Formats: sequence, C-alpha cells, structure tokens
Amino acid sequence: MKEFISVNNVYFKYDQESDDVKAPYALSGINMTINKGEFVAIVGHNGSGKSTLAKHFNSLYLPESGDIVVDGINTKDDDRLFELRTKVGLVLQNPDNQIVAGVVEEDVAFGCENLGIPPEEIRKRVDNALRAVDMYEYRLHSPDKLSGGQKQRIAIAGIIAMEPECIVLDEPTAMLDPQGRDEVISTITDLNKKMGITIILITHYMEEAVLSDRVIAMDSGKVLISGTPREVFSQVSLLKQHRLDVPQATDLIYRLRSCGYDVPECVLSEEECVEALVRLLK
Amino acid sequence: MSIIKAENLRFVYSPGTSFEKTAIDDVSFEIEEGEFVGVIGHTGSGKSTLVQLLNGLLRPDEGRIILNGKDIWEKPKKIREIRFKVGMVFQYPEYQLFEETVYKDIAYGPGNMGLDNEEIDKRVREAASFVGLRDDQLEVSPFELSGGEKRRAAIAGVIAMDPDVLILDEPTAGLDPLGRDALLSRIVDYHNVRKNTVLLVSHSMEDIARLADRILVMSHGKKYMLDDSEKVFSKGRELEEIGLRVPQITKIMLMLKERGISADTSVLTVEHGFNEIVNLTGTAKGV
Repeated sequence: MKEFISVNNVYFKYDQESDDVKAPYALSGINMTINKGEFVAIVGHNGSGKSTLAKHFNSLYLPESGDIVVDGINTKDDDRLFELRTKVGLVLQNPDNQIVAGVVEEDVAFGCENLGIPPEEIRKRVDNALRAVDMYEYRLHSPDKLSGGQKQRIAIAGIIAMEPECIVLDEPTAMLDPQGRDEVISTITDLNKKMGITIILITHYMEEAVLSDRVIAMDSGKVLISGTPREVFSQVSLLKQHRLDVPQATDLIYRLRSCGYDVPECVLSEEECVEALVRLLK
Repeated sequence: MSIIKAENLRFVYSPGTSFEKTAIDDVSFEIEEGEFVGVIGHTGSGKSTLVQLLNGLLRPDEGRIILNGKDIWEKPKKIREIRFKVGMVFQYPEYQLFEETVYKDIAYGPGNMGLDNEEIDKRVREAASFVGLRDDQLEVSPFELSGGEKRRAAIAGVIAMDPDVLILDEPTAGLDPLGRDALLSRIVDYHNVRKNTVLLVSHSMEDIARLADRILVMSHGKKYMLDDSEKVFSKGRELEEIGLRVPQITKIMLMLKERGISADTSVLTVEHGFNEIVNLTGTAKGV
C-alpha cells in the first residue's frame, strides 16, 4: 500500500508563546503512517490529543517540532496549503456549526465554489456527492429542517464534492442518535470501500472503531497502541488500565476467558460473540 | 400520588401554516415522586418538546400537566414558579453561562426565586459541591473552566433552585466516556441524597439502562411505551423498528434466545451478562 500521510516525531502544545517550560504538550512525539485507501480509527479520551492530531492533517495546526507530510506536501509549506486542503477534508462534531447555506445543494456546493470550479462541474459534483451520502432527494430542502444524521451527511457531501483523497472526521457521530450514527458510519464505510477514499475517523465509540482497518489508541499525547481492531481489542487489560472502553461483546468474552471458560481470545462483533457463546453453552 | 402527570397532551408547531407539525400527539403518563425515569426516542420523536411542555416553556394545545395535583397552566401568570419546581438542564448548557463568576452564575436561579442571601449562599455551595466544583473555582470566570466543568457549573445552577423534578436533556452529549461517567455519577448521587424525581433524556441506551427505574419511549410524537427498564429493553426488535438500539449486551442475550438458548433478555450490563452466562454454563453442564 502506498503511504499517504506520514507523521514524524510531532510535538505540539497549545500555548506556544508561554515561557512556562512545564506547559503540557498536547502531542508529544507522535509517529505514524497512514496508507492510501486505509480506514484508520483513532480512539482515546478527551485530552488524549486525538482531535489535536486530526487538526494537524490539513494544517489547521502546525507541529511545534517534527513534520507531517501528506502525499508529498509538508503541512508547513504555506505555498501549497490550498492544494493540501483539497486533498484532505475535515468533518467536525457538530453539524450545526458546519452548515452555511439555506438550501442543501447550495451548502454542498460551498467548498467547490471556493475552489473556483466551473459551475457545470460543480453541478455534477454536488449531485454525485448527494447521491453518495444518500441525500439527493433532499437537495432542495432547508438544512435546518433535517435530523442531526442528515445534517452530518450534508456536511460530508460538501467535503466529498471537493473530491479529497482523504477525509478526516472528528467525532462525527458524537451528537447523533443511534439511527443517525448508523447512517453516518455506513456512509463513511461506503466512501472508503467503494470510492477508495482514505478515512481517518476520530471517535469515542469502540463499536465504530472495530469497523476500521487499523485502530490507533492515544493517551496523554502519545500513541498507546496501534494495530488491527483484533490486535488492539485483545489488549483489554492495557486499554482498561488507560481507562479506555472496549465493546461490550469484547468485554464479556474477555471476562469469561479470564475465568477459564473456553472462548476465543478476542471477539469484535455481536455475531462473533454469540457464536462463541453458543459453542460454549452447547 | 404521582408528582407529575400528563393528560392527553397535544402540541402542534406552526399551526395553520405549511410547516404545521404535530410534535406531541395524545400523550398521557404519570411519574411517581422520587423516580428516575429515562426518556428515549429517535431524533424528532418529540422528547425535547415533551420535556419543554413539562416545565411550562411550551403550552400544550390540548391536555393538561398536573404537578403535585395542580394544573400548571391554572394561573398562567404564575408559570414562572413552575420552572423553579421543574428544573430543566438543556442540551449543551455550558453555552448559557453568562455571569462574571461561577458563583454568580449558579446564584442566578435562586436569586430569581427571591431567596435571601444567606440561603442563596448555602445553595450555591451545596450545588457546587454536588457537581464536584471546588470552592476556589467559584470565584473564577465560568469561561476559564474546562468544557466538562462548564457543563457541571451550568447543572449546578439548576440544582441550586432545588427543583422537585430535575429534567436533563442529553446532559452527556459530546463528553468522552470518562467525563460521561463522572457527570452521571454526580447526578445519581444528587438523586440519592435529595430523593427528587429525575427525568433523563438520552441517546445512550447503555446509560439509560444502567440508571433509570423506568423508561418512557417516544416515537413519532406518541408514547410508545412506559415501563421498567428490563421490560423495555427486552423488546429489542420493536425498539429497532422505531429507530432505537438496545445496549450491545442486551442484543447479545436476545440473539442467544433466538438461537434457542434460554438467556435472560433483561440483562443490561456486562457484569449481569457475565453472571448470566456463568449460570447458563452451570445448567448446560448439569452442575
């Protein structure tokens, strides 16, 4: 797989002007690579640095030291900032803060207009983007009458219309109800599987993280553990030590195994868990 | 006697216009004093409208709300007093902080109730300690607090009015699991000490499952059910049909049952689920 983003020994603190040498680092020595077409979930609790890191990928924040290189562009390279932001789109937590227009399709077109794309091309892209998030039939609606999940999908459509190679989503489902959450997550997985867009999903929900190709757990500005969902979630005691959740299905099987019951080392989904329990109970 | 009772409530937004929408449609229920009730429903199901009706922010088009035996709209000019009795914490309450200091912000509600300064001071300090704010934090600007602390300060402002019924609309939205657990345990402690009635509106089925005695389920403006938590969540398939989810552990028990294993589908927590499986292995082995 081709490397798309590389993060090299990145340090960052919020109050960079401060003389206080003890001011805490929000990121302290982050190294990681993200490959083209990969679906990566970054988990960690508030203050772990995951959102701070997310905002580095399209140069909203710049590292105090170390470098982030996205498809050959260093995020510190001011001359290529525009190009960088067409490659990496960012979706934030609160859909209400990301919607600017009074009509859905105008809102989706906003980013493209800023890129100076010709109108006929915008028309095509907006229609395609709305279809990709399954909101085409709402194109002439007013965004304020939509549900949270629908609004968030509109925000995602606005990013897709700019045709980025990578979308970073910072807790896109935190404010949604279960149905809205499902809608957004299935949209995200479709974008990754069908359109090959690299996805970086920042989330609190471990049930979402298990759907990714790779999970990166962060704690105190550092990478705690990184690997496939199965590798990461088999480290239940490490995760719990750092007060991170695991899915309930994983937790249940872990506890049974710890007590000597004959169950697999790690399950990730309800289905796997039920299969394991059926085998155990037969 | 029930503390709050809704009788055939109906509420319509923008009546007579093309945006007319019936948000609450013939809803009736009773909540007993001291209960902890969870309110769930998909987006647009009417949960937020309902709780705004309960504290008199919205006036029903039909039906009545009886608080302590009295129709809250009996004397419309006195509706403000109802809001002291039915305290409401809105979504993202931290955006409503406005005073110079945390102390003044928490004191705002009790001040409006016309209490004397000594009583206000006592209530501010008690409320602050309930939500876990330190004394020295009372003198700083609320905008210097962290996100989680701001939210707790906003909740303290409502608790300080000592309402008989405390309504919290999505109090943990946007908080991480640590912040969520810390905030909820404060609310539970408060509930246990004051023995007041709490209505918790939430999208988190796991939280509702863990905390609520009974659950009110709303769907399309109607009461879908109001029952004990175990009974509500054992109807997993029905909840899914109305856009809700049961906790993953409950779902697992339901799936086991569908596979012919007599698992207890009222299981709501991993601990309980673990014990249930251990029991089942006992019966399976004939121990």
